[in-house]
Amino acid sequence: MTSALLRAHPAAHPVRDRTEAQALPKGETRAATGAVLALEAVSLGFGGIKALTAVSLDVKAGEIRAVIGPNGAGKSSLINVISGLYQADAGEIRFGAQRFRAVPPQRLAVLGVARTFQNLALFPALTVAENILSGLVFQRRSGVLGHLLSLPAARREQARQNGQVRKVAERLHLTAALDRKVGTLPYGLQKRVELARALVAEPRLLLLDEPMAGMTATEKAEMAGFVRQARDASGLSVILIEHDIGVVMGLSDHIAVLDHGVKIADGTPDQVRRDPEVIRAYLGAEAA
Amino acid sequence: MSLVTEFSATPLPPRENRLLAALPLVVILAVAYLAVPLLANEYLIEAILLPFLALSLAGLGLNLLTGYAGQVSLGSAAFMAVGAFAAFNFDLRLGLPLPASMLLAAVAAAAIGLVFGLPSLRLRGFYLAVSTLAAQFFVQWALNKFGWFSNGSASGIIAAPAIGIAGLPLSGPVGRYLFALVTVTAITFLLHRIVNGPQGVNLIAVRDNETAARVIGVPVLRTKLFAFALSSAIIGIAGVIWAFAYLRTVEPAGFNLDRSFQILFIVIIGGLATIRGAFLGAGLIVVFPLVLSRLTGLFFDGVADPGTIELLERIALGTVIILFLIAEPSGLSAILSRLKRRLAAPRAG
Repeated sequence: MTSALLRAHPAAHPVRDRTEAQALPKGETRAATGAVLALEAVSLGFGGIKALTAVSLDVKAGEIRAVIGPNGAGKSSLINVISGLYQADAGEIRFGAQRFRAVPPQRLAVLGVARTFQNLALFPALTVAENILSGLVFQRRSGVLGHLLSLPAARREQARQNGQVRKVAERLHLTAALDRKVGTLPYGLQKRVELARALVAEPRLLLLDEPMAGMTATEKAEMAGFVRQARDASGLSVILIEHDIGVVMGLSDHIAVLDHGVKIADGTPDQVRRDPEVIRAYLGAEAA
Repeated sequence: MSLVTEFSATPLPPRENRLLAALPLVVILAVAYLAVPLLANEYLIEAILLPFLALSLAGLGLNLLTGYAGQVSLGSAAFMAVGAFAAFNFDLRLGLPLPASMLLAAVAAAAIGLVFGLPSLRLRGFYLAVSTLAAQFFVQWALNKFGWFSNGSASGIIAAPAIGIAGLPLSGPVGRYLFALVTVTAITFLLHRIVNGPQGVNLIAVRDNETAARVIGVPVLRTKLFAFALSSAIIGIAGVIWAFAYLRTVEPAGFNLDRSFQILFIVIIGGLATIRGAFLGAGLIVVFPLVLSRLTGLFFDGVADPGTIELLERIALGTVIILFLIAEPSGLSAILSRLKRRLAAPRAG
């Protein structure tokens, strides 16, 4: 981990500088619109174990915010609290003007929040197209009867949603695989389908829990490209959990560092890289 | 690793192939609607085709719930009973025409199914299966306990009214067969539309990954209750066919736990989450024992006593089921797909 952190020096990663040069001014202009997501002193415990301790976080529109930290630092817990799968013991979660102690997961999509899972959470028996389409179900207005009777409204809606599916599939280079059963696809493609399912409804906030885990370097670069492209196209905000420090440094506008459930640093990639607390956390993690 | 190869190895069927694929269905329908009524003898219709149709329909209903929506149920026979007794009472007390009392029977079964589907919102897998047993025992108990359901009949066994639609009597074997066939065809077509439409995506999403489904906004609770209601309605209609067209008597004992298991086996052996699986499974479960008893009658008559022969038949049926499931855990439907691929392969090459 430490070596990876040190290797990710600006000189070794020209990609990062380009990102910063492009993204930062944009991020600043969007800052005026306020935070898309704000966590205020969120704490979470499992029995006696504190998974998160008073974590606060602001994510602005159009920002890619990485959350890094050693294993067990609370990164996935953080995403699970934001998406409502865990309920915080204390603190508050805000999406725009809406405030929650416990986010209702079944309303997440309506709130404009989409997520992917650390271990794939697709529907293997459905095709790629159907998997992506499932991300639009919450917008559907026509019911079973409308479909059975082939009512014009139901047909129009289906055509529109199929169009949305094709559009996002094209952007993520999934068009050729649309009719395949997801369970028969190689792992890297499945990860991409999950991203497509999250993006299809054009969320304002995207939560990515290790979207590149287990991928080859080429696949990682592709995936990073897709994430950046999605942000640039629609101005959505991204929270990214990722272990590959090179990817994180290249992709993120800001990085928050968690250690044992406590946020120990939060800043630009440059600031975080030099932060003595961060280096100590990673060294400690490696020594342990 | 086989996953990756499969990804690159299955080309999409072109349009002519799809038309060709519809051919078997056309042949089956032609045989069922034309050849059988003209040629079949009474035995074939009464002893094989009528129970086959009723159990196929029950299998379809359960497959919607268990195969597509992933909710295990051991209460299917209870919903058949609800359908049969509801239709009997709608006919007896309101004098409604058969299609109307059948529709209302489906609604009654759906309502009971909805109630017993409520535990599925909190329970999963084996725990849910056990809770659906409650439906099985409760319905049988209620039908035995309250004489009103069977119109005060002392034995609880009541004769089903002769069926007919719009003045057309259908009480002969061919009439009852056509009534069952039309009903099963129509419901199969509707169900096919549903599971291949948007609602099918919801059902499979809930089955494959409930957490993910909830987070992306699939209405999980509504989808589960929809599955329970529609499945129970279909099984209820299967009960109407069972009682009115096949047995022509209505009695609670015919809808016991054995019947529920039989329907579950039909779905598992036929193939979960497939439409044709229900028919293939019902075919095996209904036809095979009859063939077997003919065979044993041929070879063992006079050699062994009837009790031993019946036992041997059960052992043979059990063995065949085990062998089938070892050969193909995804059921007869998957075996059929494999056969088709193998038949198609030389032509393609």
